[in-house]
Amino acid sequence: MTSRIILRAPTALGRQLIRGQHTMSAFEMQHKTPLTKRIDPIPVAMYGGRQAVSMLPGGGIGPELMSYVRDVFKYAGAPVDFETVDIDPNSESNDDLDYAITSIKRNGVAIKGNIETKSKSAETLSRNVAIRNELDLYVNVLHCKSYPGLPARQKNIDLMIIRQNTEGEYAMLEHECIDGVIESMKVVTASNSERVARFAFEFAKRNGRKKITTIHKANIMKLSDGLFLETSKRIAKEYPEIEHNEMIIDNCCMQLVSNPHQFDVMLMTNLYGSIVSNVCCGLIGGAGLLSGRNYGDHYAIFEPATRNTGKAIAGKNVANPIAMLNAGIDMLHHLGHVQHADLITKAMVKTICEDKIHTPDLGGTAKSTDVIQNIIDYILTVDVRPW
Amino acid sequence: MSVIARNVNRLALQVISSSVRSIHCTAANATAGIEERPDARTSCTLIPGDGVGPELMHSVQEVFKASGIPVDFEAYFFSEVNPTLSAPLDVVANSIQKNRVCLKGILASPDYSNTGELQTLNMKLRNALDLYANVVHVKSLSGIKSRHENIDCVIIREQTEGEYSALEHEGVKGVVECLKIVTAKKSLRIAKFAFDYATKNQRRKVTAVHKANIMKLGDGLFLKSCEDMAKLYPKIEFEKMIVDNCTMQMVSKPQQFDVMVTPNLYGNIVDNLACGLVGGAGVVAGASYSANAVVFEPGARHTYSEAVGKNIANPTAMLLAASKMLRHINLPVYGDMIRNAVEKVIRDGKVRTKDIGGQSSTQEFTYAVIANLEIPKAAKAAAV
Amino acid sequence: MVSYVKNLISGNLKGKIWEKLSKFLQKNPQNPSGTSKNVRLSPVSGSRYFSELKKCTIIPGDGIGPEISEAVQKIFDAAKVPIEWESVDVTPVRGPDGKFGIPQAAIDSVNKNKIGLKGPLMTPVGKGHRSLNLALRKEFNLYANVRPCRSLEGYKTLYDNVDVITIRENTEGEYSGIEHEIVEGVVQSIKLITEDASMRVAEFAFQYAKDNNRKKVTAVHKANIMRMSDGLFLRCCREMAKKYPDVKFEERYLDTVCLNMVQDPSLYDVLVMPNLYGDILSDMCAGLVGGLGLTPSGNIGINGALFESVHGTAPDIAGQDKANPTALLLSAVMMLRYMNLNDHADKIQHACFDTIKEAKYLTGDLGGKAKCSEFTNEICRKITQG
Repeated sequence: MTSRIILRAPTALGRQLIRGQHTMSAFEMQHKTPLTKRIDPIPVAMYGGRQAVSMLPGGGIGPELMSYVRDVFKYAGAPVDFETVDIDPNSESNDDLDYAITSIKRNGVAIKGNIETKSKSAETLSRNVAIRNELDLYVNVLHCKSYPGLPARQKNIDLMIIRQNTEGEYAMLEHECIDGVIESMKVVTASNSERVARFAFEFAKRNGRKKITTIHKANIMKLSDGLFLETSKRIAKEYPEIEHNEMIIDNCCMQLVSNPHQFDVMLMTNLYGSIVSNVCCGLIGGAGLLSGRNYGDHYAIFEPATRNTGKAIAGKNVANPIAMLNAGIDMLHHLGHVQHADLITKAMVKTICEDKIHTPDLGGTAKSTDVIQNIIDYILTVDVRPW
Repeated sequence: MSVIARNVNRLALQVISSSVRSIHCTAANATAGIEERPDARTSCTLIPGDGVGPELMHSVQEVFKASGIPVDFEAYFFSEVNPTLSAPLDVVANSIQKNRVCLKGILASPDYSNTGELQTLNMKLRNALDLYANVVHVKSLSGIKSRHENIDCVIIREQTEGEYSALEHEGVKGVVECLKIVTAKKSLRIAKFAFDYATKNQRRKVTAVHKANIMKLGDGLFLKSCEDMAKLYPKIEFEKMIVDNCTMQMVSKPQQFDVMVTPNLYGNIVDNLACGLVGGAGVVAGASYSANAVVFEPGARHTYSEAVGKNIANPTAMLLAASKMLRHINLPVYGDMIRNAVEKVIRDGKVRTKDIGGQSSTQEFTYAVIANLEIPKAAKAAAV
Repeated sequence: MVSYVKNLISGNLKGKIWEKLSKFLQKNPQNPSGTSKNVRLSPVSGSRYFSELKKCTIIPGDGIGPEISEAVQKIFDAAKVPIEWESVDVTPVRGPDGKFGIPQAAIDSVNKNKIGLKGPLMTPVGKGHRSLNLALRKEFNLYANVRPCRSLEGYKTLYDNVDVITIRENTEGEYSGIEHEIVEGVVQSIKLITEDASMRVAEFAFQYAKDNNRKKVTAVHKANIMRMSDGLFLRCCREMAKKYPDVKFEERYLDTVCLNMVQDPSLYDVLVMPNLYGDILSDMCAGLVGGLGLTPSGNIGINGALFESVHGTAPDIAGQDKANPTALLLSAVMMLRYMNLNDHADKIQHACFDTIKEAKYLTGDLGGKAKCSEFTNEICRKITQG
């Protein structure tokens, strides 16, 4: 049990928070620290080693990819139970969405496809953004690692992208002041910048990463990106063992396509993160491979990295299931089921790199189901792990 | 008084330390793996228990052997009435933590302990593993004659606090105080467990059983926790019922209940009551959950010590518990196989033990179950 | 915390002195063992008042209370029971201390008559009001609650062989009302078990069993978990059992009783138990025989005895002549037995059971169509004829 606790132990920040909370009595918290937000954490839905996880298939290829994840998990014997929450894309009301958010709050962990937002009106928040904001998932992590043997422009890439996930350009505060003039606000706060910076350094430290590069545009946006940059520099001083440098976003994109090996961990605000993630995905072989993780203080959501619905190929059995499967593997790691995660990873790597069963997006001709079948076969031959 | 103070402290500390685990924080990575077995077989801790426990376990093991279920048992003799032979608590607890599943008979709890200790061994094991939720699924089995039919309810009981805190003392001679502790943390936890259980198993309704009209603070807190948690589950109906009314409804119209969530003592009462309605302690299986481990055991805790060695006890409860265990460890095919066999034997009615109106022995029943096993064709199917 | 312990001790000291005194008084040469033969220490017991017209307080209650009380009085008249009723109202009034409480007149009446019959009372929901039932219990120190549950012929339930009597300690245990929040989110309730109260109720149970020709007393407990508190209760029962060698005594765990009761109620006879268990089990037994509308209940206390119907006030059918007076009538029958008016009690009970058995005049709750008055008249007719 102790090992479990350590596994699920939060980052140093989280730990400090908890310690801070619990050395104070409830009385002190109430009367002496009026600003401390008292969010009572909801207990995690883990019972007898089985974890309940919310599953939000989303639109487009989401549902089929989710069914593959379910299958693979079943054969790998992962002790995870899914609670599927469908969100009706055609509905204007947000009841389904609210229920989905409640469900994630209850379970703590979710795996999610991309959710469609039909409404085009400016007031309506994108549902994906709404979920992230509501659950305060302030950081998005993308591990970009080449698969050997895949056709790609660059080989042996191994970099991490850490992205602020809740503010910046995605604050969705836009309005038309006078006719023909539209203002879009970009919000950067010190507290959120610090949280994400601290997360990045803590993450680098734990994973034995050597260098962090802060990506910004502080030469133009001196105040907003300036604040983000200043904060990360300040935090960097607390981690002398990790090298820290900075790079401007446009330069960064160029460097990425010419010499991506110089990067290790990259830290950036919301919009730049979106750009850089997609660039990286392109470098190693397309949208269908990588997964992204969203973390907050209490919840975690796992999803494919590029956040595309893939409507065009829905139902044709050609979508690449690897991205969603990777999200599932990330989730297993998060829940501490490392052995199961490793088993699936091994099966997947063998399928792509050795057996070369590729869906059309990777230049192959295989169907999605062929890929999954191959993975399952491998799992069954290697190790039937019931529990 | 200082004794209470200390114990209360201990309890409060428990609550605080447990909260750390419940916070779901950004575990950025997971480098250290839990120790999982490299081979495909699963090991399971086995505690035969007192009374007829060992006989029933033998029956389970026979069935497992006959159907080639890939489960290895780690058996420990664990008993309060026979302390010299009993394995130490920490050894047993460690084993369960390692295996994460355990099949357990019933431990006898004598009315007094030789060392004057207030906690029973059962309580100690529960506290050591934090087995907070006891789940008893009471379902009418066709073939067993009982007064009520079509009962299908799940009783979820918090079993680490409340009346069973073992905080008792005699302040003045002839006056004993027994503390009942209710904490928001544990109440929320059990309420969430109940609602999550209902969600997972497609149940419609959760009933909170309480006595908050009299114990306004203690049961009041429990009830409030349930109400708070109910808000997170808009698709599940929530109702509350006073415990005495609940028992009355239970004996007159038990079909109205679906999932019930109760504090410790009431849960014990309702569990046994419900078991009585569907055929007694010998046919209902239960399980105790912690975050990491599950202990599967019969639903009503009776050692049936008067039948020891007579080969007449009903192994149904234990077999069903084993079937639940198999489902839990991702071997649902085997689990269903055992369940179907047991149900078939009971439905056919040719082989029945004494408690359900027959003359057969435990062994005959076990053989009948084995004879009815439909062993799945390929071991591969186990993973499906 | 100290203050309630003090209160407790002072209460017990009084109790102890009182107990010793009563034991002393009862010790006489004819009874060298020194056991008190009769726990009912109120002057009601004994045959002194047998032939006299006895005054009896009646609290009609709320909702259907008045009509069923009237029915009972009518039946008693028909049976020529030597009782004079004294009707009182217990609607709370504001006392001199500013708190709402039972009117003094009602208290005086019960204290004077030592015996009362009570219809259902509505407990106002809301703050500041204690349950009236609780207040009465406290006021008259009603330490034992007796509820006989018997299957009625003519009213079919799933259980037809129920004949158990639950005797419940009524003043302490879990319902002591001592609760507090230690730190936020942690509430502590105290269950209190005292030797005096346990002895008192155990003695009552055995005496009751003996008086009513019962064979067996079962102590219901959970002493394997609550080793001290329930242990104390159990010890008291064991001690008392030694003094009643002709009554069989057994101990059963609460959960075992629940399990067996719904399987085979005939395993049990008289059950004696602490407060909470009694509350739960008595309602459960009532459920076995068809609900609270058929089960009588009596509260035996130091200062008197109060018999009541424990069902609700049923405001929806109040005043429509539809209510079933059986529970109150059977409670009244219990009262007669308590007053040693056994002949009258038998007569009324038979008439009542026969009426239900014949099933010609059943009220709505038993599946009939008769009015309360028709049911009552039929019983009266049976009494006068039979």
